[in-house]
Amino acid sequence: MDKMPAWADAVLVPLISILLAAILSALVILAIGESPLDALNLMVEGALMRSSGWGYTLYYTTNFIFTGLCVAVAFHAKMFNIGGEGQAMIGGLGVALVCLFIPFPHWSIALLVATAAAAVFGALWALIPAYLQAKRGSHIVITTIMFNFIAAAVLNYVLVNVLRPQGAMDPATATFPAATHLPTFQEMFATADNPLFRGSPANVTFFLAVLACVGFWYLIWRTKLGYEIRAFGHSESAAKYAGISPVRITIVAMLISGGLAGMMALNTTMGEAERLVMNATEGAGFIGIAVALMGRSHPVGIFLAALLFGFLYQGGAELALWTNIPRELITVIQALVILFTGALDNMVRMPLERIFLATRRRNG
Amino acid sequence: MTLMTKFLGASAALALTAGAALADPALIYDLGGKFDKSFNEAAYTGAEAYAKETGGSYRDIELQSEAQREQALRRFAEAGFNPVVSTGFSMSTPIASVAADYPDTKFVTIDGFVSPDEHPNVLSILFAEHEGSYLVGMMAAMASKTGTVGFVGGMDVPLIRKFACGYAQGALAVNPDLKVISNMTGTTPAAWNDPVKGSELAKAQIAQGADVIYAAAGGTGLGVLQTAADEDILSIGVDSNQNHLYPGKVLTSMLKRVDVAVAETMAQGADLETGVMVLGLAENGVGYALDENNEALVTPEMKAAVDDAREKIVAGEIEVHDYSSDDSCPALSF
Repeated sequence: MDKMPAWADAVLVPLISILLAAILSALVILAIGESPLDALNLMVEGALMRSSGWGYTLYYTTNFIFTGLCVAVAFHAKMFNIGGEGQAMIGGLGVALVCLFIPFPHWSIALLVATAAAAVFGALWALIPAYLQAKRGSHIVITTIMFNFIAAAVLNYVLVNVLRPQGAMDPATATFPAATHLPTFQEMFATADNPLFRGSPANVTFFLAVLACVGFWYLIWRTKLGYEIRAFGHSESAAKYAGISPVRITIVAMLISGGLAGMMALNTTMGEAERLVMNATEGAGFIGIAVALMGRSHPVGIFLAALLFGFLYQGGAELALWTNIPRELITVIQALVILFTGALDNMVRMPLERIFLATRRRNG
Repeated sequence: MTLMTKFLGASAALALTAGAALADPALIYDLGGKFDKSFNEAAYTGAEAYAKETGGSYRDIELQSEAQREQALRRFAEAGFNPVVSTGFSMSTPIASVAADYPDTKFVTIDGFVSPDEHPNVLSILFAEHEGSYLVGMMAAMASKTGTVGFVGGMDVPLIRKFACGYAQGALAVNPDLKVISNMTGTTPAAWNDPVKGSELAKAQIAQGADVIYAAAGGTGLGVLQTAADEDILSIGVDSNQNHLYPGKVLTSMLKRVDVAVAETMAQGADLETGVMVLGLAENGVGYALDENNEALVTPEMKAAVDDAREKIVAGEIEVHDYSSDDSCPALSF
């Protein structure tokens, strides 16, 4: 069967999807009596034209890279892990526990240990649904989403009853010791006469996310395990025939997936708040699904998609700050992008494919 | 000033920020959102009252994520807004980390606490919700015929337990044999805005015999009030005066005068006096609502008893235990 060229599949389809979402968003903004052009200006100015704006954009991007990779690993094994949210919450608990109870001499050691804790906690939270899927056939979509609620309840219990400092109102842990403070972009790049990234939360975890992208590529396309995951994803029966154990791959893929989701908590918990708050994940686990879909489960695509959503989040904050566009509408704009790039992918792809094939036939 | 002009210059074409003049106040709503018919809406009402009375303008933002807390504080402070008023206890930590960078800006945290010694430019406004809840608890006990009263909280956090604890103490002070049922809506921020679940909890409490239910749950409380009205029992509203929502069905509302606090801090502008302010019954910061919608429900004995208790609390003769002081409640277990 004929296919359209790879560049069109990877670049043109998402671009047209974003464009469609943008046009629809513009109409919505126009309908409530604001100027879409001014809104776009404000978003670009606030998210990309100032270094502190970039600091926020990259902060959100870091979250979405981790959760995007989390969903993508499961996708390669043809599983739909929508429990990234809960896995990240429990990952945050792991980060908080090591940061609060181990006296670290330096942030780099703290980061290493906290990364391991976040990954282990997140992976263990994914292990239960994975086991149920592999051994009992309980569908992973159902179990992972239910585990999000259980994670929220567990976290709430731990924060309100165990880790909350006496008398504090906020369901949050105490602030982590100063030794666990991760260098922010401001501390890394700002100089006395050039105050870059002022006050923004982007931190060293961003580089960890980039490393995770590279590691992801290596794992999926350069290792035996990655090959087995992909083979299992393409055809379970063929994989079985080739001697790949479905139980093992299901569990291993979900462990990696949960570990990546857990690592997202490093950015929000250790990097930004420096304490564990109830609401640390903020839906990034779900945005990860859109990021993975849009990025075609490839690390480069995921990085770019995460950047786009980072821009939408930070740009949305600017809109909320300086315009009268209500918060709900900003969510609508973000949702439109998800809808077009994720759910309505074929709406763009199929006509485009036909156009490409038609032109090729004429030329041939 | 230069920062301000720079900012205005950058977005002059937008004309969206035209309202921002130097030293306008700014208001930051917590994640519950501006129109929650309760806590945040009370802040909005206060800001609107300020704008109407003084002819001034203000800018506000509804937060969407945790990271925006610090961001909103910084952007408003950098743009020259003063004071920057915020609602919700979650703002106290972000304010503490930002305040030192903007010594000329006054920050106000409503429900939050920031140490005045470390941050001299922050005003912490706290309400004695347990005192107000005590009074409505007394009213609930006196209005109840079944000997069972209910409490529906929003998210299970210490602040809401403080409401529940005061309520239970007031109810048990009237009738020590009374049964107080307490339920929390949930463990995520969604619990502030889930009227359907609120309605279910109210039904469950009615099935257990409750005939007065106090809702301290933001938007979720609307479901409680509606179900109570449908099932022909009484409810008690919270924060804003919610008596008018179901006239004759809402026994009273526990008022928390967030609106007054916001309007007054905004009116004081950059000269705002900072420190810690606790608004209780004595300061009229909390209380119960009595208007034409519920005057038929509140009997003269009820009013006399509650007003008497109010005076005794103000005078220190009755001490209402504050849950947040030691994380425990003598009248109710969670």
